[in-house]
Order: sequence, then C-alpha cells, then structure tokens
Amino acid sequence: MNVVGKPRRRVDGRAKVTGQTRFADDFALPRMVHLKLLRSPHAHALIESLDVARAQAHPGVHLVLTGKDFPVTFGILPVTQDEYALAPEHVRYVGDPVAGVVARDEQTATEALDLIEVRYRPLEPIATPEEALAKPEPRIHAYGERGNIHRLQAFQFGDADAAIAASDHVFEDIFFYEGNTHLPIEQHACVAALDADGKLTLWSSTQVPHYVHRALARVLRMPASQIRVIATPNGGGFGGKTDICNHELVAAKAALVLGRPVKICLNREEVFYMHRGRHPVLMKFRTGVTKDGKLTGMHLQTLVDGGAYGSYGVASTFYTGALQTVTYELPRYQFEAARVFTNKPPCGPKRGHGTPQPRYGQEIQLDKIAERLDKDPAELRLAMLAKPNSLTANWLRIGSIGLEQCIKTVVERSDWKNRYRKLPQGRGLGLACGAYLCGAGLPIYWNKMPQSGVQLLLDRSGQVTLFCGATEIGQGSDDVLAAIVSEVLGIDPYEVRCVTGDTGMTPVDLGSYSSRVTLMAGNAAIQAAQKLKSMLAEAAAEDLEVAPERISFANGRVSFESHSLTFAEAVVLAEAKFGTLGAVGSYSPPRAPGKYKGAGVGPSPAYSYTACVVEAQVDPRTGWITIPKIWIAHDIGRTINPVLARGQVEGSVYMGLSEALMEEQVFRRLPPKLSRALVHKMPSLLEYKSITSLEMPEMDTVLIEDPDPNGPFGAKEVGQGPLLPVPPAVANAIYDAVGVRIDEIPITPDKVMRALEKKAKGEAPRVGPERFPDVPYPQPLIVPPAWEGGDGSEVKRHDAAAVV
Amino acid sequence: MMRLPWFDYRAPRTLSEAARILAGEGPNAALIAGGTDLLPNMKRRQSAPKVLVSLRRIPELKRNGAVLGAGITLTEIVRKPELPRGLRQAAAQVATVHLRNMGTIGGNLCLDTRCNYYNQNYEWRKAIDFCLKKDGDICWVATASKRCVAMSSTDCAPALLALGARVTLVSANGERELPLEELYNNDGIDYLHRRPDEILTEVHCANAPSTYWKLRRRGAFDFPVLGVAAALIDGSARLALGAVASRPFLVAKANDFLRGKQLTDDVIDEAGRIAASRAKPMDNADLDLYWRKEVTAAFVAYALRELRGDDLRETRSRIARYEPA
Ligand SMILES: Cc1cc2nc3c(=O)[nH]c(=O)nc-3n(C[C@H](O)[C@H](O)[C@H](O)COP(=O)(O)OP(=O)(O)OC[C@H]3O[C@@H](n4cnc5c(N)ncnc54)[C@H](O)[C@@H]3O)c2cc1C
Ligand code: SF4
Repeated sequence: MNVVGKPRRRVDGRAKVTGQTRFADDFALPRMVHLKLLRSPHAHALIESLDVARAQAHPGVHLVLTGKDFPVTFGILPVTQDEYALAPEHVRYVGDPVAGVVARDEQTATEALDLIEVRYRPLEPIATPEEALAKPEPRIHAYGERGNIHRLQAFQFGDADAAIAASDHVFEDIFFYEGNTHLPIEQHACVAALDADGKLTLWSSTQVPHYVHRALARVLRMPASQIRVIATPNGGGFGGKTDICNHELVAAKAALVLGRPVKICLNREEVFYMHRGRHPVLMKFRTGVTKDGKLTGMHLQTLVDGGAYGSYGVASTFYTGALQTVTYELPRYQFEAARVFTNKPPCGPKRGHGTPQPRYGQEIQLDKIAERLDKDPAELRLAMLAKPNSLTANWLRIGSIGLEQCIKTVVERSDWKNRYRKLPQGRGLGLACGAYLCGAGLPIYWNKMPQSGVQLLLDRSGQVTLFCGATEIGQGSDDVLAAIVSEVLGIDPYEVRCVTGDTGMTPVDLGSYSSRVTLMAGNAAIQAAQKLKSMLAEAAAEDLEVAPERISFANGRVSFESHSLTFAEAVVLAEAKFGTLGAVGSYSPPRAPGKYKGAGVGPSPAYSYTACVVEAQVDPRTGWITIPKIWIAHDIGRTINPVLARGQVEGSVYMGLSEALMEEQVFRRLPPKLSRALVHKMPSLLEYKSITSLEMPEMDTVLIEDPDPNGPFGAKEVGQGPLLPVPPAVANAIYDAVGVRIDEIPITPDKVMRALEKKAKGEAPRVGPERFPDVPYPQPLIVPPAWEGGDGSEVKRHDAAAVV
Repeated sequence: MMRLPWFDYRAPRTLSEAARILAGEGPNAALIAGGTDLLPNMKRRQSAPKVLVSLRRIPELKRNGAVLGAGITLTEIVRKPELPRGLRQAAAQVATVHLRNMGTIGGNLCLDTRCNYYNQNYEWRKAIDFCLKKDGDICWVATASKRCVAMSSTDCAPALLALGARVTLVSANGERELPLEELYNNDGIDYLHRRPDEILTEVHCANAPSTYWKLRRRGAFDFPVLGVAAALIDGSARLALGAVASRPFLVAKANDFLRGKQLTDDVIDEAGRIAASRAKPMDNADLDLYWRKEVTAAFVAYALRELRGDDLRETRSRIARYEPA
C-alpha cells in the first residue's frame, strides 16, 4: 500500500497550525447580532412568571425569546424528546436556559439578561441517585418508569446466579465511577443566518450536523429542505457536541425572526452546564470463577445518575453492561441497570460512552481474582480471552480480536514478569484491558438507510472532491477519508479535497460519535472510489490496449507495466467515455444476531481491543501519586495514518489518566435548612481539575494490526477504546505499589492516605462505596445464549427452563 | 466570553500622581498592576471599580536592585539569582509562564483571598444567594461564622515573611514602612491593613538561605492549598505558612521551638507537628481538607530538610512536577 499505514502530516494540518482553520467563533457576518441565554439559578423550580419588558426596552436589544416561542420539544433519542429550547415552566438544573436575549453585542445582551424578571417557585432538588430512588416526588419528569426513575433494564443471558452459586470462588465488589465532563478546549459556538434565498444556515461546532438538522426542522416546524447545518471543525468534541444544544435552536429561531445573522459562544461555565458527559455510575459485580481461573458467570448491577434530561441516557445505560462480554469468555451473564433523574446538568456520552465505568470495575475485580487465585493477572486474562469469530452470551458477534497480542506486548515491553509484585514499596505496576465499538450497529432513529454515504466528484483536471457528512472534530476524519480514496485511486492524499459535515452539500453520515467514522465512512469511501477506479481502468485499458484488470493505480499514475498515463489523463479518457465522472458509496453495518428487545445497543461491525500497563509511584507518607510511565498496545486492525492513530491513543491515555486521578463533575448542596441550592462545585477550567502535560507520563505506544474483514483495509477504531484500560490499570498499579484498593474514581491522594491508615489499623485497606442500594429492577428479559439453545430472541420466563 | 464591566482607565506616570488620583477617587478606584488577579475578578463581578489606576507606567515601581519595586514581575524575580532562593521558588510556582510575565510582586502580595464559593461568576453566586464576602449575608463555609474565612493564596508572601521582609506604602499623605507581617489581617474580606489610598511601592528583603514548598493539585498552574516557607535567620530556622488561613503568617510557636536548634530529624518532626497544629484549612479550596491538614507536617519537613541542605530534588519534582528555580 502506498498511503495507508504511512506516517503523514494530516491533510488539514497546515490550516490548523497556521491558524487558518475557521472555527465557529471565527465567523463574523455583516449585520451579525449576539445571543446570550438567561439560565435558571434554581436546581428545581416552576416558573411562575417571566417579564421581559425591561430587557426588551434596553438600548441595543433586538429580541427576547422565551419558552413561549418554542412549543415543540426535542431530544437526541426518539424515545426521550424531553427538552425545550427554553424551559417554558419547569426548570430542572442550575443552568437550564429560560430566555434568550439578542443584542448588538455580547456585553449589551449580558446586561439585558439581568433585566428579565423571573419569579420561580422553588421545588425540592433531587441531588443523588439514592435520593431519586427514595423520593418519587417532586417528579423531575412526568415520564419514565415511575417517580424519578427514568429507565430500568434487566437481562438474563443464561442463569448466571446459578452458575455463580456453583463456582469455586465468588467475588462480589462494589465500585463507583464519578461523573466527569469532556473539556474540549473550544467552547460550543454557532452562527445562524438566512441566506439570500431566505433559507436558514447554521454553522455550529457540532459532532452531529445530521441530527441537529432534524431537530431544527422539528423544533422550528420548518421543512428540512429549508435548513442547512454546517459543522465547523470542532476544537475537540469527545462526545460533548453530539447532542442537540439549546443555543443552536435559539440562535436559529432568532435569525429567522430578525433576518440577521445571530451568534452565540458559550462561556466555559455554560459548557459545564451543557455537559452530556460521563454518567456517574455505581456498580455491583458478582462474579463466579473456577479454581483454575475461568469465569462461570457474572451478575452486574448498575445505578446511573442521569442528571436532568434524557439525552443519550437510555443508550448510555445499556452501555454500562453491553460490552462486558467481548473481552473474556463469559458463559452466562445477567445485567440490570437503572437510570435516575437528578437536578443536575444532563449526562450523556463521553469518550467510551457508558463503558469505562463497568470496565473499571471488571478489570479491578480481575486483579483481585488473580491475587486470590495466586495467578499472574496477565496469565489469568490470557487464559480466558474471547475467541475471534464468536458470539457472546448477549449475542454480540466478535470478528477479529487482537487482545492476546496487546497483552503480550505490554507485558514484554514493561518487563512485567520481572517487575510486577517485585518493585520496592511505593512503586507498582498494574495491568488492565478494554474493548470498544467501531460504530454502533444501529442509528439512533430507526431507519433502513445507510449510516454513511460518500460522494466523489472527478474533475477533468484530475481533481478529486470528496463529499461526506462526517465531521472533522480534530480526530482526523478528513484525513482518513482522503487517505482511503487516494489509496484506491493511487494518488496523493493532498490532492483530495474534502467537503464534509454539511447537510446542504454532503450525503448523510450520522456523525462523529461511537467511533464510527473510519469504519463506516471509510467503507463508503472505498465503495465510491472503487466505482471510479473501474471506470478509469476501463478507459485507460482501451488506450493502453490491455484488459482493465491489468491496470494498476499508484503514485499518481495509471499504468500497465511500463506504459502509463497520468491520473489526469486517465480521467480525461474516462470522462470522454462515460460523461461526467462521479460515484457514490454507502455503508450499512451487518445485521446483528441478537433479536431481543434491547439487542440494538452493543452490536458493532467490529471491536477494537487495548491492553495497558501503568507504573505508579505512591508516597506512603502523603498518598501523593505519580505516574512515571504507561505502556499501551491497541488493536487497531489496520493503521491508516500512524501519526493520527498514535495521537488518538495518547489523547485517550491522557483523558483516561485525567479521569483516574482528578476529574469530577460534582455538585454542592448547601445546608438544606438554609438553602435549596444545588450547584456545580467548580465550573471553571482552573478549578475543575484535569491533568496537564506536566502530569503526563512517558508513553510507550504500540499499534497492533490484526485486520478485521469489516474494516476499510481492515481498520478498526482508535479514538475511544484506548481510554478504557487506563483508569483500572492505575488502580491496580496503586495496589501493587502500596497494597490499597481504591474502588472508585477519581483516585486522589487523600483516598490513598485513608486506605493506608485503615491498613495500618488492620482494617480492610480499601476506599470505595460500601453498599449498593435496593433498586427495583424488573424481572429480567430471558435470552438464552447460543450454547444454551437460544436463537437470539427472548423467551418467556416459564419456558426458560425448557430451553436450557 | 465573560466580559469586563465598563470602567475608566488612568495611567499616571509618577507615583505622586497615582497617589493623588487614588486619594481623589476614594473607594471607587482600584489599582491595577499586571491585572492577572483583578481582571478575572472583575469579569466575575466580584468587583466592578469605576476607575482603574494603572501602575505599569510608573518607573519608581520598577526598581530592581537591593530594594524591589512593587511593579517587578514574577518572571523578573525568578530570573534574578541574587534574590533569596525561597522567594524565587515561590515566584516560580505562581500560576503560569504567561501570568508570571504579567503578574507583579506588588499584586501578588495584595492578592485577593480565595474561596470556592466566591471565585465563581455572578450567575453561580446568584444561585447560592451570594455570601458575606460579596453581596450576601452568610458564610457558606462556616455558616455560624460572622467572619469570612476565605484563604490567603499568595505564594510570595509566606516566602517573604520567613525572610523577614518589610514593605513600603505610599499615599498622598506620606509613606510608611512596616514589617510585611503587619500588612496582613486574618479576615477574608479586610485581609490587608492597607488604607484604600495607599500604594505598595517597595519590598525590602535581605538574602538568606531559604526554601518554599507548595501543595497544589497540578504543577502547571494551580493556586496553593498549602504554602510552607522556611528561612535561616541569625542561625535559626523560621517558618511561615500560606493558604491555611485568611492571612499568611509566621508560625510563632514553631519558630520559638526552632530558635537556636540544629535541624536534626527529630527537631524537624517536632517543628512539623507544631506547625501543622496551627494550620486551619477550610473546606473552600481544592483537595480534601483533612488531608491538607494531615500533610502539613510532611511539607514542613521538606522545607526544613531542604534548608539544612538535603537533596530534595526528586521529591520536589514529584510534587511540583518540575524543578522550579
Ligand atoms: C490561572 C491563575 C492562576 C494563578 N495562580 C496563582 C498562584 O499559584 N499563586 C499566586 O500567588 N497567585 C496566583 N495567581 C494570581 C496572580 O496571577 C498573581 O498573584 C499575580 O502576582 C498578581 O499580580 P498582578 O500584578 O497581576 O496583580 P493585579 O491583578 O494587578 O492586582 C491584584 C490586587 O492587588 C492590588 N494591587 C496591585 N498592585 C498593587 C500595589 N502596588 N499596591 C497596592 N495594591 C496593589 C490590585 O488592586 C488588586 O486588588 C493566579 C492567577 C490566575 C489567573
Ligand atoms: S469564606 Fe464564607 S464569606 Fe468568605 S468567600 Fe467563602 S463563603 Fe463567602
């Protein structure tokens, strides 16, 4: 291959490093005015009255919008259309938008916010999942399971409890993974404007222009054909820009009303309120193990703190259990989950969407299992790896799996055999693994159309233009698409012009989330490029007087043996032969084998795998933690551009380490006797702690290539999976260093100290959640695994026994 | 983006003119040096002075000899090896490179006190109905307290206290020189014994062996949640603490204990114990409050051991994540 696998400067690299990339905030249009949102100061309240007269009269104010202007709800998932652009009567978290002021500049709009008079009737806020379970009233939403329980899910893939009961060893552990947020350096921003034909255009830093397009049509009650959404290059997304945002809807409406361009840039605090970040998850694992270290069954329960709205929450909740089965052989599995509403900014998808939390628990529990069975944690895992081309208990189809090589690589490179359990007190190594999707098998709204489309245009000058709805969020999707097309056509990737993320110009791609773009848009691009290639080959073959199959494409030439044409010459011949040259390609994932209700979350065309070893240094006197080095190996299938792939691995390690050690989106409840306030503890980049380059360890990154038949050239994802093993590997390394278990995230020096003090007193050297509350999980859906005679559907409870 | 409130800007070229403007404007005016503390506070509407009087064009404040002008930047301090090590270590750990290039020693010594309930923007503070320090009538950190317990968060002050520094204050009515210690008041609101018409102009500080240790989450740019300064003055070690009260202070009891003693391991441990008992961290800053108190003794030990000549570079690089000054 000429392009794929070769380290290259990314195609959009020059624009970025020379400061020429136009982010949403760089847009300034003639006659543009500015929007600011008034947000609720109450965590939970009803709006009794809202008077905008004074704000409207303020000099420089053009328009004030309120909930009355937005009668239609929206939501990213069809089942949870529970948000209003501006809350008409019920506010559900501090920061919930209630009004929008459009003025000649930001300053004036900000001043006018203070002139809007809102009378609230405060309600009791629900601060925690435990409270949400205990207090059905006041209800945060009128829909849901009951009270403040948003969603309950329960599945039984084989009788796991029976298998656990019959095991040689049973492990029961409770873990907690604190919520955290995405922290993209670019705050959300958008500009809405009417074009010369009166159609609406929205430029927005979004990862999902297609979904924003649909939501705008719904909320503004306009034909979608009158709306164009352009995703500007995102200065980081990480899932934080995969939802429909209030400000996008309000800016669009204001532009329609005023006929002038309207701009809004959230400030950092507002980004913390927009959130949609990692759900806090409490989890309980009961796992059965044979004496030689095989898993017999696992029963996982999760309690998910959803915040104030649905967002992606139903899917996130499924993901707290869906991928536990794809790394290690697990014959039986029971999974129960609950998502509750609380009066905090809504949680949603963040890099790894719902899966880092249970992965944290699972990989620490394996470490505990290895210790009890006196086995090496690496050996324990190697002996129970899931098999390639297999089905899991919950009916996921695994294709390629390079986890064995990943584990062996990090074990060897970290000198694990000689150093694990052998380092001096205060130093330790920890190992963990992970797996992730390469694109969700199903779109978020039901349809039978492809998930991704690519269109190629070939100009007689030899210029190749690629159109695709995929959005460049810094991950390098434009580069991947250019690389794939240029590989097929034998040209230089810098020759390909990418037009992406524009609903007015590009075929639909569902967006940059769930690690789907390289695999899905990549396959669509191959298909389109191959169609063009055969036309070019046919035309060139005629000219060179050979059979089309013998024509090769490389280095900008179309050749047969020593005879060759330039690429542009071949294009001219083809255009003369076929007319204007263009081709489309599209991609739909294979059908998932699971047919039960709920089987839609978890299937993917392929899974990526990662293993990681972390070295930790812990000061026994202060609990101070230092991470000197991390070894990581990621099974990427095939690397398209190693520079970008490594960047993604290292970025994931950064983010995983930051979650492991510092990040927490936490809230402060003031003394209830004195106040109803429930506020974000530290909505600022300074006080919301995340690691910086100074805390980054030395990194040893290896990409493992085990091509997957479903991936373009065998490629799998790399944007999210490498995050997963990092937090549990840190926890395991700290255990190796000082013998204490921190069963919750983040792992801070004070927790380590507390555990060390417990240890000194002879108590269990552990800090973590002590109990799992009673959650009213429903009777599980019974879905027998294939090896127990199942066919992928659920069976009724009474005939379950007959099937087994 | 958060925007500044409107203000008038004055940039006098002499100290006396600055003092005159300040006297004329009264409490409506605020001094601005580097602005690295003042401007973020103004964006959050913690203050909205009508007039800003800039000190940047006043040559007298740029004196950089035996006496330090208040307008000397922290970067200039870090780059001046003749200055005491403790002061340079403190300055080097303030904020980030960019902020140190702008931030001055005068501004650092007059830095506003900090609290998690206060260093928030206007909307956030509105959501908690404000607090004593600004616009409210209760202290959320200590609800029974009549006093604001916001933390002194300057790094250079403890270093200079341990070194026995003195400062000069100038107003339209004259000037006075006082020990730095007397500049500070243990009150989160009235944290300085500085009249509103006074300008801090000079810092006088002799060189002496000294060290500064700072506890914070991240070496890149966090405020201190504990600062320990130690200096060897007339043969005795002297300790000052920062970020554990509303003022930085010399730890009298520990210093009495240390007077005339060799810094043996036992002496260091005992000094750590005494100093830690004087630390009163509050639940209004980063990291667990009890833990912060617990590790005070360890940080005192680092400072004293470094002062007696131990090589603590490895420890320092683990804590600071880099080697300052
Ligand atoms: C992200 C960030 C991190 C920071 N981290 C730290 C840290 O770790 N440690 C730390 O100590 N500081 C920190 N700071 C605060 C600040 O940057 C420094 O303290 C800096 O030295 C302040 O100096 P300045 O000249 O910018 O002060 P200014 O902002 O100009 O002034 C600060 C205050 O002092 C008053 N003032 C200034 N000069 C005089 C004078 N000559 N006489 C009387 N009053 C005066 C001003 O009126 C104002 O009230 C941080 C700031 C930020 C934004
Ligand atoms: S200590 Fe109390 S009064 Fe002072 S800023 Fe904090 S909350 Fe406000």
